[in-house]
Parts: sequence; structure tokens; C-alpha cells
Amino acid sequence: MSALRRLVYATGVLALCAWVLVPIYFITLGAFGGRTGVFKWPKSVLPVDTSFAAFKLFLSIEGVGHAALNSVIAASICMVLSIALGAPAGYALARYSFPGQNVYRLLILLTRAFPLAILALPLTVIFIRVGLYDTPLGVALIHTALALPFAALISSSLFLGIPREFEEAAWVFGCTRAQAFRKIVLPLALPGIAATAIFAFVISWNEVFAASVLTVRERTLTAYLLTVLSESPLHFRFAGGFLLIVPSIAFIFAVRKYLFAMWGIANR
Amino acid sequence: MSARSKLLPYLLLAPSVLFLAALFVVPLFETIALSFSDNGAPSLAHYQRMAGDLNFWPAIRNTFLLVLTVVPLQVALALGMASMLQKLPRGRDLILWIWTIPLGVSDLAAGLVWLAIMQERGYLTSALAALGLIDGPTQWLTYETPGTLFVAILLAEVWRATAIVFIILVAGLQLIPKEYREAAEIFGASPWTTFLRITLPLLKPSLQTALILRTVLAFEVFAVVYAIAGRNFPVLVGEAYVWQRDNQAYGVAAAYAVLIVVISLAATLFYLRVLRNKSEQRP
Repeated sequence: MSALRRLVYATGVLALCAWVLVPIYFITLGAFGGRTGVFKWPKSVLPVDTSFAAFKLFLSIEGVGHAALNSVIAASICMVLSIALGAPAGYALARYSFPGQNVYRLLILLTRAFPLAILALPLTVIFIRVGLYDTPLGVALIHTALALPFAALISSSLFLGIPREFEEAAWVFGCTRAQAFRKIVLPLALPGIAATAIFAFVISWNEVFAASVLTVRERTLTAYLLTVLSESPLHFRFAGGFLLIVPSIAFIFAVRKYLFAMWGIANR
Repeated sequence: MSARSKLLPYLLLAPSVLFLAALFVVPLFETIALSFSDNGAPSLAHYQRMAGDLNFWPAIRNTFLLVLTVVPLQVALALGMASMLQKLPRGRDLILWIWTIPLGVSDLAAGLVWLAIMQERGYLTSALAALGLIDGPTQWLTYETPGTLFVAILLAEVWRATAIVFIILVAGLQLIPKEYREAAEIFGASPWTTFLRITLPLLKPSLQTALILRTVLAFEVFAVVYAIAGRNFPVLVGEAYVWQRDNQAYGVAAAYAVLIVVISLAATLFYLRVLRNKSEQRP
């Protein structure tokens, strides 16, 4: 590449990095700037007058802590359920060929062609009847419906990546099927499964519509923020946005190695 | 195979099938039933109420306008980013991580991020004033400024959801054997021709996935809009939310849901047809 072309490339890459990072920096300033920071004009791009006090004030508002806790509970249940239900399905898809396999794949594909969160609407009625309405568990169930198809597809490709011969060797040496799975396959698949679990957590942590429709008092953080949005001052909204973003960025950092493996197979 | 091991795959699949039946298939039919019945009798009353609402046509127009601008922009941007990444001599991992950060950001948070920038006394007005283009704080995000309101929502959506298209395309690019491109190079094809004739056709399955996923999700656009515009910019899912939560009219909300599902399915079928994969095109 010529020097000029290289310069153009470098500028483009850096500009795109700034495009991603600068807005996050701005909302961070907003979250820590408090009331005075929000109304100050013109804005400075440097952190002047920022303090933890403003953000702490936000955290001390009644409801924020409870909502954050509900989010964590719902996301954790969603994470466990998606793996518990999805990983066995993925193993079956990877290791066996059996009639009906394609029907199952079609079911999984179909879920992607539907706006799933919208299905929370009739669940309101059903959940009220069975006592799941306005509980983190109810929210977790619909979030699992969102994350489960991905968990199944991703774990299927993880298991495909582990040679069948490893398992067969274990059988030869006298392991039962279950033992071979536990001692050979599971340790190899575990990091990828952990990444999938984190991904399920993020899906649930970020979901807004279903969580808002299915809760009244036991809101998740997103549902809480959405309902108080119109009446809360700007600096509270920015603090809320910041609180939502931080864990997600940490999670994406944790699974960065697996993102492409995960989406590569989600292609097919 | 013994009878037991023949049964095993079905036993492994059963929990997820039952779960999806309960939380995907059942609610789907419930939604349809709910939208077409009034007090137990079949009726189109909910659809009439939906279509007669003041916000119905603006919601349709706004949603389609957003999808038709956001999705092509994202695909173009993601294609550019994916090809840039391939040419990067070093630091690929870092750049990759930075570019995929928005994947973890929720739509609500993305809306709030762009609210911080576009609000009356935000960073945009400050920057424009510093350049001497405007005199003071300007209201961009009101009912009277639909143009800038739309741009703010558009920016937030492009900012948030391009990462997912980017990842799918990068994963797709990695599946294309590099010999194909090298061969084209040897035969004297320019980078642009190689991209158009080799890369793009082989990328079709990934493009299809990305387009279906993004279009379905774009028709679901809601929290970004709500954070930036409140109810000043009606969209379909937003209306479903309002009918359900504020008006307690579950039937009308269900009618909106059915409409969104039908539109999403139509878009999916369209992509499946237009971007049909002929088997001989696969590498």
C-alpha cells in the first residue's frame, strides 16, 4: 500500500473507533456531571465539575437498587435456563443424525424471523393466571425464549468442534457415555459455553419491551428506566443509561474471543 | 444402535422443544386469537380501532422510514468496516473489540447516549456554536423538528446495531478461502472487481442472515425512539406498548403485534427469495 492509502485507512479506522467510543464518553460525563453539568452550556469535552456525588445520588433513589437487583436475578435465571435447555439440544444436533433434526432446526430458525419480544403481550394474561406476572422469573422465561435458540446453535457448533474420536477413545478405555462426556467433552466445551451464558445474560440485561410489559412493581432496570423516563430530570436519565452500559461492555470484553465463532455458525 | 441410544437425541431436545412450544408457539397463537376476538366472539374491532387511531399511519410511516434508511446504512457501513479490518496490518484484536462494543449496549441506553449529545444544551449544539454555525442552545428533539428528531434516532440506531451486522459479515468473510481472492489478483482483477465479483457473491449467506436479523429487529425499534423522542415520534412497537400499558387494551396491542409479525415475516421471505443461495455458489 502506498503511504497515502495507508494514511486514509488509518484515519478511517480511528474515526470509526471514535464514533463508537466518544458517545459513551459523553454519557459518562453526563452521568457524573449532575444537575449543574446538564444545564451548563456550552459543554466542555473535558471532565469539569464531575463527581461521584451526582452518580451516588442517582443510585440512592428509591427503586434503582431494587430494579438493578431484579435485572440481575432475571438475567441469571435466563442464563442458567438457556444453557440448561440449549446445551443438550446443541449436543444432540452435533453428535447424532436422527429423523426430525431438520424440523428442529427449522423451529430454531423460525424464532429468528419473529419479533419475539412482542410475544410478551399475550403472556401478560397467561402469567397473571398462573402467578408469574410481575416476577423476575416471568421476565426471565420470555428472555430465555430469546436466548435459547442462540444457545442451542452456538453449543452445537462448540460440540462439533470437539472431535468425536476423543469421546470414542474414552469409551474404548471403559468410560460410559456419561463419563466420557463429563471427563472429556465438557472441559473442552466449557469456555465456549461460559461465553454463551454471558451472552444470554446480556440479552436479558438489555431487553426492554417484554420486561416493561410483564412487570409493574418488580421492574427490571430497563423497565424501571423506561417508565420513569418522561418524568425524571436529564442527569438521572444519563446516570441510568451509564449504569446500563457498564456491565454490558465488561461482558462483551469477556466474550470477545468467542463472538465470531458464535456468529459464524449462527450464519447457517 | 440400541433402542436407548436412538431415543437419546430426542430426550436431549425435548426440554428445549417443550420450552419453545410454551413460550413461542403458544403466545404466537394467543396473540393472533386475542387480536381477532372481542369478548369471545370473532371480530375485527381491534383492527378497526388500531387503524382508526390518530397515531397509526404516522407509526407505520416512521417505522418503515427508519427500517429503510437504517438497514442499508448499517450493511454498507459494516461491509466497509469488515473490509478495512481485513487490511489492517496489526492491532486487529483491539480494533475488533472497540467496534463490537455497541453489541453489548441496550437500545434504551443507546437512546440515552444520543439524547446526551443531541439535547438542547448538549454536545452537538456546543460544537456547532463553537464553529459559529448556531447562536445558542437549540431544540432539536421536539414535535416541531421532525427532521432532526429522525436524524437523532437514525444515528442512535446506526451507532448501536451496526456491530451485529459487522460481526456476522466478518464471520462470513473468514469462511471464504483466500485462494479465491489470490486467484483473482493473479488474473489481474482490481481490488474493486475482486470485491464485487468474488467477495460479495460468496458473502451472500452471511448477508442474508444479517439482513433478516437486522430487519426483524429494526421493525421492533422502540426503546431508542422512546428515550430520544418520547411519544413525539410514534413507531409500531411503541404504539403496542401504549395500548397495552396505558390504555389496557390488550386486543389492540395484539393487533399491532400481529401486524409487526406479518411485516417481519414478509421481509424475511423477501430476503430468502431475493438472496436465494444456489448450492453451486457455496465455496
